[in-house]
Amino acid sequence: MALPEERESHSVRDLIVLKKNNRKKKAIEKLVPKLLLLTAIVSVLTTIGILFTLLIETFTFFQRVSLFEFLTADTWYPFSNPGEYGILPLISGTLRVTVIAILVAVPLGISAAIYLSDYASDRTRRIIKPILEVLAGIPTIVYGFFALTFVTPVLRTFIPSLEIFNALSPGIVMGIMITPTIASLSEDAMSAVPYSIREGALALGATRFEVTMKVVLPAASSGIIASIVLGISRAIGETMIVSIAGGSSPNLGFNVTESIQTMTAYIVQVAQGDAGYGTTIYYSIYAVGFTLFLFTLAMNLFAAWIARRIREEY
Amino acid sequence: MIVIDQKKVQSKMKSRIYRNQFFKYLFFSGTLICLLVLVILFTRILIQGFPYLDWQFLNSLPSRKPEEAGIYTALNGTIWMMAVVAPVTLILGVGTAIYLEEYARKNKFTSFIQVNISNLAGVPSVVYGLLGLTIFVRALHLGTSVLAAGLTMSLLILPVVIVSAQEAIRAVPNALREASYAMGATKWQTILRVVLPAALPGILTGSILALSRAIGETAPLVVLGVPLFLAFLPTSIFDEFTALPMQIYNWTSRPQHEFQSLAAAGIIVLLGILILMNSVAILIRNKFQKRY
Repeated sequence: MALPEERESHSVRDLIVLKKNNRKKKAIEKLVPKLLLLTAIVSVLTTIGILFTLLIETFTFFQRVSLFEFLTADTWYPFSNPGEYGILPLISGTLRVTVIAILVAVPLGISAAIYLSDYASDRTRRIIKPILEVLAGIPTIVYGFFALTFVTPVLRTFIPSLEIFNALSPGIVMGIMITPTIASLSEDAMSAVPYSIREGALALGATRFEVTMKVVLPAASSGIIASIVLGISRAIGETMIVSIAGGSSPNLGFNVTESIQTMTAYIVQVAQGDAGYGTTIYYSIYAVGFTLFLFTLAMNLFAAWIARRIREEY
Repeated sequence: MIVIDQKKVQSKMKSRIYRNQFFKYLFFSGTLICLLVLVILFTRILIQGFPYLDWQFLNSLPSRKPEEAGIYTALNGTIWMMAVVAPVTLILGVGTAIYLEEYARKNKFTSFIQVNISNLAGVPSVVYGLLGLTIFVRALHLGTSVLAAGLTMSLLILPVVIVSAQEAIRAVPNALREASYAMGATKWQTILRVVLPAALPGILTGSILALSRAIGETAPLVVLGVPLFLAFLPTSIFDEFTALPMQIYNWTSRPQHEFQSLAAAGIIVLLGILILMNSVAILIRNKFQKRY
């Protein structure tokens, strides 16, 4: 009986080659996870890098300007001599724009979410949802251009006292920008509410609107609140719209028709100018950046906490 | 005993139905307003920018005279930057995703990495700019080079790429892996020859969308100090460059009307690139996405 030829070719030499290959294979099997772990560690290093750069440069800043002045003084005028560094005007600018953005985005986003999850037919939803997501994919520089060259002039025909740079126009445009975020996340939360619950309410004689308000919204509330908080966080960190259309005059107050400056816009203004390396102004952008980072981090953690904490189980 | 008072129900019925109708249209109009803004934005930019959009605009250096100015250097710079961003992000992003999905044990360190990634996704882009300014531009002395900007952008979009690659890998059914093991394949052979090919369409779709975000991102570049105006092309990744959104920003912030029209023309080009990339992503998803 003729055995296959390969069988005979298993000479000692071949066995050695086979074993060597096996050893190589084993080495690769051991090496690959280590290399992949290295790539995973890059994202940890990024976090450490962000924290360290912000902390170290902010620390240098606070050796020159007292923390007390930074937190309580009500003027931000770093370009005078000596500079005045009270962050409240920048926070006030950021909050004014954010509040307007939320006032625009919450009604629009939630009504779009309700319409898509409870009223629209499957076909309509499949057309409208991707179009809404286009709004989220447009670069912020385009929104900035739109705010400055279209929204501001249009608003000025209604409000003649509106300055060319103001908080209102970037706020509205930013609201449009974050609407898809709120709509899409809220819609996910509403779609997750089981149909049996809706049908139970409908069977009791409730109208669709009553089902939406008294059944779906309460059941999806944690997801909706989380989406709004994420929207706020994005609005606080948004940079180009406010840099282009918001102006560069930090001031404290509630006026939305005058030129303002947000934390992000200040960082851009200094980075663009020639504030020399090592000057107090240079370090101030890190202090502002750190404040901004803390604001958004708090918002993101809060959103994650809500989504985890009050998750309804069905 | 009568629990429900029919007359009371009847008397309220009309207003309930009326309210139901009213809010249906209200919710619809909320959706409609968003779509309307999108239409206004697009038509407005098209009308303003289209007259300036021609071959010469794509092929000219920036200039002080609006009629001679073009986006050649900016477009070139964006391509150079993406040549750094794409490989760096893909290697780091897919590597991390494979590690987390295939190798990592479910322990505290793994969940720390996972939480860390989702937190990084929420950090404002301007903060990444500060990170890049300190680490790449100053500490590593890369200056405002293509490399410094590319690495900063990579870190910025990395969380998005990781999360979408993880989802794609997770969607590969375990039966495929088991079959590969049963044939005698090692773990890495299985990942390389079975899992990754099956997950590739999903990974590509997510990565292209993330890369298109890097193309439109402006704030980190401004913070790094990338010049708004540059009259020469980069010849290596260590050269200075400018990018499409920077050029648009430059033109937008000038008061003259002509420059704003140039900005609109630049925006058309930028949006054109983004639409092209998104179409490719959707095409890949529809064509190659297998349903297991």
